[in-house]
Amino acid sequence: MTLLKEPDFGTPARPGEATVELTIDGINLRVPPGTSVMRAAKEAGVDVPKLCATDNLEAFGSCRLCVVEIDGVKGTPASCTTPVRDGMNVRTQNERLGKLRRGVMELYISDHPLDCLTCSANGDCELQDMAGVTGLREVRYGSGVEAGANHMDLETDTSNPYFDFEASKCIACSRCVRACDEVQGTLALTIEGRGFDSKVAAGAGVPFFESDCVSCGACVQACPTATLQEKSVVELGMPTRTVLTTCAYCGVGCSFKAELRGDELVRMVPYKNGGANEGHSCVKGRFAFGYASHPDRVLEPMVRDTIADEWRTVSWEEAIGFTARRLREIQAQYGQGSIGAITSSRTTNEEVYAVQKMVRAVFGNNNVDTCARVCHSPTGYGLKQTFGESAGTQDFRSVDESDVILLIGSNPTDAHPVFGSRMKQRIRRGAKLIVIDPRRIDLVRSPHVEAAHHLELRPGTNVAIINALAHVIVTEGLVDRDFVTSRCEDFESWEAFIARPEHSPEAIAEICGVPADEIRAAARLYATGGNAAIYYGLGVTEHSQGSTMVMGMANLAMATGNIGRAGVGVNPMRGQNNVQGSCDMGSFPHELPGYRHVSDDDVRSIYEHLWGTPILNEPGLRIPNMFDAAIDGSFKALFVQGEDIAQSDPNTQHVFAALGALDLLVVQDLFVNETAKFAHVLLPGTSFLEKDGTFTNAERRINRVRPIMAPRTGKQEWEIICEIAQAMGYPMHYDSAAQIMDEIAVTTPTFTGVSFAKLDELGSIQWPCNVEHPDGTPIMHADEFTRGKGRFMETMYVPTSERSTRKFPLILTTGRILSQYNVGAQTRRTANVAWHAEDVLEIHPHDAEVRGVTDGDLVALSSRVGRTELRAKISDRMPVGVCYTTFHHPVSGANVVTTDNSDWATNCPEYKVTAVQVDLIPASIATDAVPEPVVAGGNR
Amino acid sequence: MSGGIPPYVRLANEIAAQFAHRSLEDAATVIANHLKATWDPRMKQALITHAESGATDLSPAAVLAARRLQAAR
Repeated sequence: MTLLKEPDFGTPARPGEATVELTIDGINLRVPPGTSVMRAAKEAGVDVPKLCATDNLEAFGSCRLCVVEIDGVKGTPASCTTPVRDGMNVRTQNERLGKLRRGVMELYISDHPLDCLTCSANGDCELQDMAGVTGLREVRYGSGVEAGANHMDLETDTSNPYFDFEASKCIACSRCVRACDEVQGTLALTIEGRGFDSKVAAGAGVPFFESDCVSCGACVQACPTATLQEKSVVELGMPTRTVLTTCAYCGVGCSFKAELRGDELVRMVPYKNGGANEGHSCVKGRFAFGYASHPDRVLEPMVRDTIADEWRTVSWEEAIGFTARRLREIQAQYGQGSIGAITSSRTTNEEVYAVQKMVRAVFGNNNVDTCARVCHSPTGYGLKQTFGESAGTQDFRSVDESDVILLIGSNPTDAHPVFGSRMKQRIRRGAKLIVIDPRRIDLVRSPHVEAAHHLELRPGTNVAIINALAHVIVTEGLVDRDFVTSRCEDFESWEAFIARPEHSPEAIAEICGVPADEIRAAARLYATGGNAAIYYGLGVTEHSQGSTMVMGMANLAMATGNIGRAGVGVNPMRGQNNVQGSCDMGSFPHELPGYRHVSDDDVRSIYEHLWGTPILNEPGLRIPNMFDAAIDGSFKALFVQGEDIAQSDPNTQHVFAALGALDLLVVQDLFVNETAKFAHVLLPGTSFLEKDGTFTNAERRINRVRPIMAPRTGKQEWEIICEIAQAMGYPMHYDSAAQIMDEIAVTTPTFTGVSFAKLDELGSIQWPCNVEHPDGTPIMHADEFTRGKGRFMETMYVPTSERSTRKFPLILTTGRILSQYNVGAQTRRTANVAWHAEDVLEIHPHDAEVRGVTDGDLVALSSRVGRTELRAKISDRMPVGVCYTTFHHPVSGANVVTTDNSDWATNCPEYKVTAVQVDLIPASIATDAVPEPVVAGGNR
Repeated sequence: MSGGIPPYVRLANEIAAQFAHRSLEDAATVIANHLKATWDPRMKQALITHAESGATDLSPAAVLAARRLQAAR
């Protein structure tokens, strides 16, 4: 399409029925109460000139361009700040108003560089537009120096890697300051000075890069001039066409307008009609797309006979033939179950579906797993057991109606920034926040946000604390008896279990390290504070009792009736863009698409009939099982789609040993990643800018991913899968990704009727999509649970076997940072490294002092399975005895020290609890460079 | 293998630990159902063989669950 310019209504929409009747320029219309005159005019097709107004910000009334006349009202009020009234008669255009507007414009232009023809915003500048709209023909005061004092000598701040701040072009409309406040919620920007000296400043007048700015880009988007401008626009020029697509980073799944000039991507602009993000973005989604054109991209297939050999670049035909032949040879030698595949949450639903089909129909086994194994597999298990569906219950909008937010093991302002902003705005408007987290995340206390309770528990004690919260609710008479009676089962036995004294706050306070009265207060708030919603992340799932904890949270929501309507629910914050989708598509070794067990004859027969081949009725190997089987010699070949298991999976030594034991490792990826170092075949993958398909986000929203360019590798990834299948003797073929979705829709009940055409029509669809809900289901379990009755589950707290000892006295927990993403394959190849060039070890001042460690020192981090080195950062965000690091950089290799421990039900690794020791590396030994991690037994 | 313990033993014991508060019979039923639903056949067979060999490194509930799996075949 040509460049998509979304209409700007000037002020936000107001909810409610259109009951207020008024007349604007002779046009009669009805709008909801509270609507501004400016917005009403736009809805009537009348554009009122404006500069300081835009419809994602509340009215400000500073530019005075939008003045109107209203019968019975003195003067010329600003239409943006004037709400409609019944019977109002408004005039937006006449000679008087025109003269006033031209007078305003003259003042603006007298202090603005007149370099429109060479300005980066030429053609996309609202100041320029308004000069035209108001009929400005002369500036009586002159311009520049001749107009007297001005701001044209102000220097341009180029410190941010992605955008410039050209202060000389600023009209002080405050849109950027308000966007930072009202949209992002960071409040990094301000108007400094008074009167003529007023100017936009980042923090206390420091450069943008040094300020609190999180580079979400909301200010750039809000700026009506070239003052805040993407560097890419400055360098490449204004884009000329738009492709609507979906971000490939976190599980929020933001919709973007990819704006191109010819075939070159100039910028990503968040799409206002995007169901997940509604026009907002973060530093990764908006700016960090440069990895797609990074020189490290592998664009041609490569093979080698052994991992000691050099790679040989080969044709697609040779690579696919080599892969197929070796897979069949290995099966012939070691058996049908000796090969398998891992799908990726970074690829589309259609690509994932194709891989699991290849495994089941062509490999003839169920040895398919997905990277959700190491993040949210406990979510699938726990919510299926209790609610009957392996998915979160709400849409993101739901949080706007929450009165209490219980945030557990999730740091949304870093890991899910766009939803984090939404949550922050709701808290600022009055919702109460309870945080359960060993770390003092930003939401515990940041500008205009403070948690009512921060339960700073010891890592590994989640289940103890969720049981204690439930104990308070049960024993203090806070249960929603009507809900429990009508909607749930097994309540009585659970009630008796949870009421036992061992679950009381007083009994577990010592275990968790949280005072009992704080737990009681949090429980009372959750149960009685109105609509209460649970949001959680990997701080819940990546534990030895991850699945138990998910069930414990479901128990809590059911006991208080906080399920089935807006503002409540149990909501997993999915780590990657398509975690939900990759799980939906049958990536688990025990489940076909739609979470239907492989032992179900009826379900299997659907696929056996369609695919023309039998499907095994027993589960296959999970990822950690594959590693174990590789080491014991019964698993010999692995196809890895877009996941860097050598960096992301725990106990690197074990992973290296497994990968090194394989006869064939096929990696499909953008780059020669850490896993590829063990590979025999590298099949180049496509970036999200080349993919055609769908992603499904954390709110079950199926979004279209549209290609802005043809695959740089020459093939879509699903085409490669089909060609491997064909080379192995199975006739697998699709004409398009849309055809794959058609197959998904006819075989998966929750996807009934979903098609690319329908997605194009509706924008997005939240599954379940079926006959009863043909346009999708934003909020689940409204009248009954998917399984019928919600089931209470007993959740006994069982301490992890990973405990601090004299040798390893600290507990390490890991996580993500805003500017980087998972193993960093994408973000490390962008300018985001400016914010986070290496992983550091955050350590409490007390723990640092007793070890003689100061900020920036190189330290050794060791556990019972490995040792690595990284720099220390002194931080009191964790309690004494707990340290923290990220896993974005292979050079520090955080997973060298994490262990084999895993969730009992799903084998999701226990990343969040590792007993470690930290030792100072004396300066006489340390060098400036952080050395490679030490992996005993590693063989790369 | 971790510390010489086969992975299926470690995993079975970890599952059994979650149900230690239940009666042996109940725990064995839950564990067996879980293994049946989620474990690859070679892992189930290895556990059954290990339990039948009189191994002492398996929890009683895991041993009983393995017997249940064998009986259900």
